[in-house]
Amino acid sequence: MEAFTTHTGRAVPLRRSNVDTDQIIPAHWLKKVTRDGFEDGLFEAWRKDPEFVLNRPERHGATVLVAGPDFGTGSSREHAVWALQNYGFKAVISSRFADIFRGNSLKNGLLTVVLDQKTVDALWELTEQDPQTEVTVDLVAREVRAESITAPFELDENSRWRLLNGLDDISITLQNEADIAAYEAKRPSFKPRTLPV
Amino acid sequence: MGRTLAEKVWDDHVVRRAEGEPDLLFIDLHLLHEVTSPQAFDGLRKSGRTVRRLDLTIATEDHNTPTLDIDKPIADPVSRVQLETLRKNCADFGVRLHPLGDVEQGVVHVVGPQLGLTQPGTTVVCGDSHTSTHGAFGALAFGIGTSQVEHVLATQTLPMARPKTMAITVDGELPEGVTAKDLILAIIAKIGTGGGQGYILEYRGSAIEKLSMEARMTICNMSIEAGARAGMIAPDETTFEYLKGRPHAPEGADWDAAVAYWKTLRTDDDAVFDAEVVIDAAELAPFVTWGTNPGQGAPLSSTVPDPASYEDASERLAAEKALEYMGLEAGQPLRSIQVDTVFVGSCTNGRIEDLRAAAALLKDRKIADGVRMLVVPGSARVGLQAVSEGLDLVFKEAGAEWRHAGCSMCLGMNPDQLAPGERSASTSNRNFEGRQGKGGRTHLVSPPVAAATAVLGRLASPADLSDAPAGV
Repeated sequence: MEAFTTHTGRAVPLRRSNVDTDQIIPAHWLKKVTRDGFEDGLFEAWRKDPEFVLNRPERHGATVLVAGPDFGTGSSREHAVWALQNYGFKAVISSRFADIFRGNSLKNGLLTVVLDQKTVDALWELTEQDPQTEVTVDLVAREVRAESITAPFELDENSRWRLLNGLDDISITLQNEADIAAYEAKRPSFKPRTLPV
Repeated sequence: MGRTLAEKVWDDHVVRRAEGEPDLLFIDLHLLHEVTSPQAFDGLRKSGRTVRRLDLTIATEDHNTPTLDIDKPIADPVSRVQLETLRKNCADFGVRLHPLGDVEQGVVHVVGPQLGLTQPGTTVVCGDSHTSTHGAFGALAFGIGTSQVEHVLATQTLPMARPKTMAITVDGELPEGVTAKDLILAIIAKIGTGGGQGYILEYRGSAIEKLSMEARMTICNMSIEAGARAGMIAPDETTFEYLKGRPHAPEGADWDAAVAYWKTLRTDDDAVFDAEVVIDAAELAPFVTWGTNPGQGAPLSSTVPDPASYEDASERLAAEKALEYMGLEAGQPLRSIQVDTVFVGSCTNGRIEDLRAAAALLKDRKIADGVRMLVVPGSARVGLQAVSEGLDLVFKEAGAEWRHAGCSMCLGMNPDQLAPGERSASTSNRNFEGRQGKGGRTHLVSPPVAAATAVLGRLASPADLSDAPAGV
């Protein structure tokens, strides 16, 4: 995973709530067996509308998505995170994320930042008035900054440490191999098995 | 202080707990399918890792499989590659696979329980958000992303922060014609699509205790639609009876030891939940969705809501956009909404009791002119059982199409899709924009409502079929 420390870029204000993962990346894209090449599938249905915010020329090259509440609901497809990253997004801001999407994003180095809806509203207004406004998402200081807005955000220390260092979860877990083996040794015999052993 | 069901199962799976770290949880059962696993197997290969516990891992093909001509090569080359990739991965790594055409193939959340692999007090994961289904057995079961699939393959564990717990207590009697699907749709409408976010739900109360295992699976299945990763129901005699004798259920002394353990899992009387919701079963009625998220639902007897009636600006905007997408007018009676397609199936409502409920209403009836009805069993075994009971003939004689098992039109990855503007009544779990096909419009319903809707060509309940057979 690529490390995330701080990022500054222009923003896309997405004034929609309940943006589910079927909108982020429709199911027919899920036939692919790779982690890349999903950028054209991102918000595919909405992008057919030339007025959709992502299609506006002033939003080209923007890297911070500012979305309504309950972003990433529905399917567990990690392809939603890959699609956002493949398109160029580095961070998503919302007042509430679905749990599975949030977990997936943090495992891929896409920083999902929870800010209260008032701050999200302020970021929408600011970036709609001036599309050139840059938004900084600073994981070191745990702060989002844009012009006069400075908003602290929370992220548990463990997730933050993994992101700041770009650490691979599996390697960390395997350092506890002895604990896993000890647990396995004491599992009851009635637990189900898919194969005879 | 006592502990809840969720806390007991969680505690029993902690491999390692350390200050400032998520708990490392052991995973008892890992279910795989073709869509969310290829990149995980790739990751294993790149790091030279193997599957740690092949005996706790099982795969099937469901999301991307056709429901017609399953004995012929798959027409879509991209879908074919995905299935071939799963077959190669399972062969290379030694994972048990039930491919298309196998008698144990089916929707992964139907297959696990019917094999008896899903058991109380276990942890179950799968790269699919509807893994919450397995919570019906008192298992802690949740959907994971592909990175976590790789993590479980490599380590049989997952680092997880412990969620809060929410009790959803449903007391009383469900009125006649009201099913588990109506109940869960009403719960989601009440707490919202984000209401369960950060929680494990426990459904409890006298109305839940009376439900069959299949009905309990319908409830737990849609926990994720309320934002909760997992939903659970305490195991009881109904659970034990369902499991006894299944291929992977414990036997002999193991069975006795297992039941003794399972009986300890119930939430203690003095346990405290972080949140509680109470619902009176007697007040429920057939429930359908009108919008584009599962929380946008209402009793079938009501009307399409007026967006202006929402105080919250974001909900108002969401309702406006939903009505526009769905092609509906505020104030329109839900019963006046005409449909083109009816879908019966999915991990929510594709089990034998669901097919029986739909068939009971279709017997000696015809579906309305111009309506297409697809009946897709949740697994090959469910299909065989339905055939042995003659249900397939009931569906075909009514004018419905009887298909092979899979996820099918629930998510429209295979050729079973809605055309743009086409409207469905669907027993599945998501009414998102384009979920069942680009531009398609979905109303989520129970199996009896689906069958009545197919007959009348508009959203309808069994009570609307004036000559409905007694007892339905």
